[in-house]
Amino acid sequence: MSTANTEPVPIIEARQLEKFYPQPDGSRIQVIAATDLAVYPGQIIALLGASGCGKSTLLRMLTGLSPASAGSVFWHGQPVQGESPNVSIVFQSFALFPWLTVLENVEAPLEARGMPPIERHKRALRIIDAVGLDGFETAYPKELSGGMKQRVGVARALVVEPEVLFMDEPFSALDVLTAETLRGELLELWLGHKIPTRAIFIVTHNIEEAVVLADRIIVLGRNPAHIHADFTVDLPHPRDRKAAKFIELVDSIYRVLTRPEHKDETSPPRTYGAGVAVRPKVIMLPHTRPGGMAGLLEILADHGGRADLHRLADELSLEVDALLPTVDTAVLLGLLRVEEGEAVITPEGQIFAQADIQGRKAIFRKAAIANVPLLRQMEQALKSKSDRTLNDEFFRDLLDEHFSEDEARRQLETAIQWGRYAEIFDYDAATGKLTLTEA
Amino acid sequence: MPALISSFSEATPLPPPTVRPAGSRWAWGFLIDIGLFLCVFAAIFGLYAIGRTWLGPVHPEAQISQNPRDLPLYALYSLVRIGVAYTLSLLFALAYGYIAASSRRAEIIMIPLLDILQSIPVLSFLPGVMLAMVAIFPHSELGVELGCILLIFTGQVWNIAFSFYSSLKSVPRELHEAAIIYRFSRWQRFAELDLPFSTIGLVWNSMMSVAGGWFFLMACEMFVLGTHDFRLPGLGSFLQTAASHGDTRAILWGVAAMVTVIVLLDQLVWRPIIIWADKFKFEQVESSGTAQTSLLHIIGRASILIRLYRLLFLPFFNWLTLTFTLGARRAAKTFSAPKQHQLRRWIGYLLGVGVLVGLGFTVYHAVRELSGLHGEDYRELLESAALTFLRVNAALILGALWTVPAGVAIGSNPRFARIAQPLVQIAASIPATALFPIILLFLLRLRGGLEIAALLLMLLGTQWYILFNVIAGAMAIPTDLKEVAHVFHFSSWDRWRHLILPAIFPYLVTGMVTASGGAWNASIVAEYFHFQGRIVSAPGLGSTISSASDSGRFDVLLASTLIMATVVVLINRLVWRRLYRLAASRFKLET
Repeated sequence: MSTANTEPVPIIEARQLEKFYPQPDGSRIQVIAATDLAVYPGQIIALLGASGCGKSTLLRMLTGLSPASAGSVFWHGQPVQGESPNVSIVFQSFALFPWLTVLENVEAPLEARGMPPIERHKRALRIIDAVGLDGFETAYPKELSGGMKQRVGVARALVVEPEVLFMDEPFSALDVLTAETLRGELLELWLGHKIPTRAIFIVTHNIEEAVVLADRIIVLGRNPAHIHADFTVDLPHPRDRKAAKFIELVDSIYRVLTRPEHKDETSPPRTYGAGVAVRPKVIMLPHTRPGGMAGLLEILADHGGRADLHRLADELSLEVDALLPTVDTAVLLGLLRVEEGEAVITPEGQIFAQADIQGRKAIFRKAAIANVPLLRQMEQALKSKSDRTLNDEFFRDLLDEHFSEDEARRQLETAIQWGRYAEIFDYDAATGKLTLTEA
Repeated sequence: MPALISSFSEATPLPPPTVRPAGSRWAWGFLIDIGLFLCVFAAIFGLYAIGRTWLGPVHPEAQISQNPRDLPLYALYSLVRIGVAYTLSLLFALAYGYIAASSRRAEIIMIPLLDILQSIPVLSFLPGVMLAMVAIFPHSELGVELGCILLIFTGQVWNIAFSFYSSLKSVPRELHEAAIIYRFSRWQRFAELDLPFSTIGLVWNSMMSVAGGWFFLMACEMFVLGTHDFRLPGLGSFLQTAASHGDTRAILWGVAAMVTVIVLLDQLVWRPIIIWADKFKFEQVESSGTAQTSLLHIIGRASILIRLYRLLFLPFFNWLTLTFTLGARRAAKTFSAPKQHQLRRWIGYLLGVGVLVGLGFTVYHAVRELSGLHGEDYRELLESAALTFLRVNAALILGALWTVPAGVAIGSNPRFARIAQPLVQIAASIPATALFPIILLFLLRLRGGLEIAALLLMLLGTQWYILFNVIAGAMAIPTDLKEVAHVFHFSSWDRWRHLILPAIFPYLVTGMVTASGGAWNASIVAEYFHFQGRIVSAPGLGSTISSASDSGRFDVLLASTLIMATVVVLINRLVWRRLYRLAASRFKLET
């Protein structure tokens, strides 16, 4: 799967790295399937995937913040336990200490290394200057704009001269323009060899960001997370977003992201050691509300029933992250098909788009009962009770067997949203009671 | 606490300086320096005076003066007691919260234990604490002093510990990860992340705790324990003595002194601290209109403080961090990980066994003590518990009845709030126990006077929690919701039913929880009082505890304490926690 790399020894290498939660009955909930991944010097690697697919967990396992359930991480060929020896992380939420000034924030990691005050002062000032923050040394984070804050985050990460710089969605909390500026500045530092960092590993859900920055893009598939595709980007810097090659690459990544996966070729082997059963997979509901899907189908109908997902996201100024769950919902209900990065509306979808509210509910109901096992199960269970009523806890317990506690809660919330919209059942949030809707 | 100090003057951007000519600014700084010198001198003298009394021979039945001229010294004594008790509380609470938050196994025991300890009334700790202290220091006043301080401590420590624990538990994940990935030593993590993050909660709870200290001061400075009569000179004993003599003039003087001390403390200590603590607010954007205080201004300018800080604290703090860091690194190198684990595990086992043995021993003796009581005694205890239960809830209902409309009025009218809030704050800061003798003077002439007085004292001690929370709730009602009510011409009943009551409900519950706990604890001083040379008491669990402690009936004291703790914990679990959950799920205003 991995494309050929010329450098022989990776800085960090993950071998058969896995994350799962063992259940009391001996089975397990798999979050990340056994994964091989290597970070070579001289590269910016982007890890791309939809939100909640396990990107951040993988980053945390590579850095040693979160222990792996199985497999191991190697640092220059040596196995490591705990935190990797020389890495930094830039966080999505900046993670600055609000009670420390910019200077104190940047000095803190040096302090932790036991560096004497004068030396760390000098180093911190140098890096603050490099990221363009001079003049703000004595400011507190809350006085700074988002972009300035993330500059502090970058300065703090770079001041310890990490061999690998990890970035966890570093620009997604910023507005579009600021994010673009910061990307440019990061590239400038990196390409100009102004920092001793030998590799950058960036987690993102923004395809264009990945293509602008990275030398290698790893696309992560979902449920459990696994490496779905691995692209090498050899466009010269600075990369032109309007260039044909750039657009082509973005399109092909889009196609990969939206392509239904063929289990036999992309999924890892399904045997996890002797005697441990992996649960049969249940369909995981995308966390969307029916209203958003209706909007998408209407727009598609306006486009003549067929549109390129990439253009569609652009037009709606949505990121792939926001659009994909809605697309997944429509696909799951059989109202939409995805063919090679294009969304195609089905006949049912066409009817749905043109129907009035009551008509839509009827179509939704039919599609939901037919295609969503969980809703079918819920309807059946409610029908079997004489008072047509059940507590939500009953269903949560059912879901708990297949998902982590958090995910089970969210799955149930989504199912309840859908079921209410489809008028399959009513839900009283105060008592937690689900009641079958009388036809 | 170096972290707090370190972040104080060096890095704090001072509030925008007021314009003053350069020459006078220098003079101003000089004056402040002189003032500070005087303060230091006064403090040294005060310490000397206190030391002389404490280390002097025992005067268990010291004459408590009724002369107003002794009040400044008495106020100093009380202030020092509360100060020392508070410092101990803070240190203990930090340790307790830290251990509970960092060890999962300890947490399982320590947090429910906190719940229980919090519900044990101060006076129930009295005999144990007092006898132990007097036994340790039989020949100096220090024993009685320490006993009194420890009593105040037991009333102050638990909520601070709980606040610190819950702050530690809610440190944002990414901040925590940043501390790990940048290899902060334990000390650095504590000083630069844990402690600053918890500061605001610690400050508010410290204020509440110290207020509680004043509330129970009268009970702690002067009490009878079996045949012993303990008296310590202080504001509390002054008031207590004045009350038992029925000396109205002395009572008024004492109350005036106490109010003065409390108001000064509020203005000179708490206000500046609250404003300083503002920088620890965990927010991403700067909020507008932060409060300012002139004192902080002055301290920020005093060159002596800055110089002292730069000369002493900063290098010390740096040295501390460096030492811990290097120590941690050395330890990481020399110790192999599994060995350390083994050692720690053995220490853990030993500690566990020790605790179990101690527990078994205590329970055995407690049961033996309790077995002396008969069914009749327990029936009486339960009856008095029922009476106190009624009284506490009556106080809560009465409190809610007036504070809800008043709080909503204050909270929804900014102009009114500006006038009312400082007044309310001052009123709230006066400990109800200080006013109690005055109230008794009037009420004891009536039939059932003490019954009313006990209720009133509970009310006075707890209504403020409800009021402040209701004000906060009313202020948080979104304007657009108010506009909806206006546009649709809600009648005032509908407005209350559909908007105001649901919106303030979570706040009301928070206030009532605190008030309920406070009222139970207050019952021990409200139901039993030495007044005009006799004991006035209303039947109830609180007076049972007080009289048992007075007469040295340890079995009754133990049984009644157990009953009270059980009742309070049960009420919390069965009523308040459920209401809390309801408030959080259904009545939370989300945007």
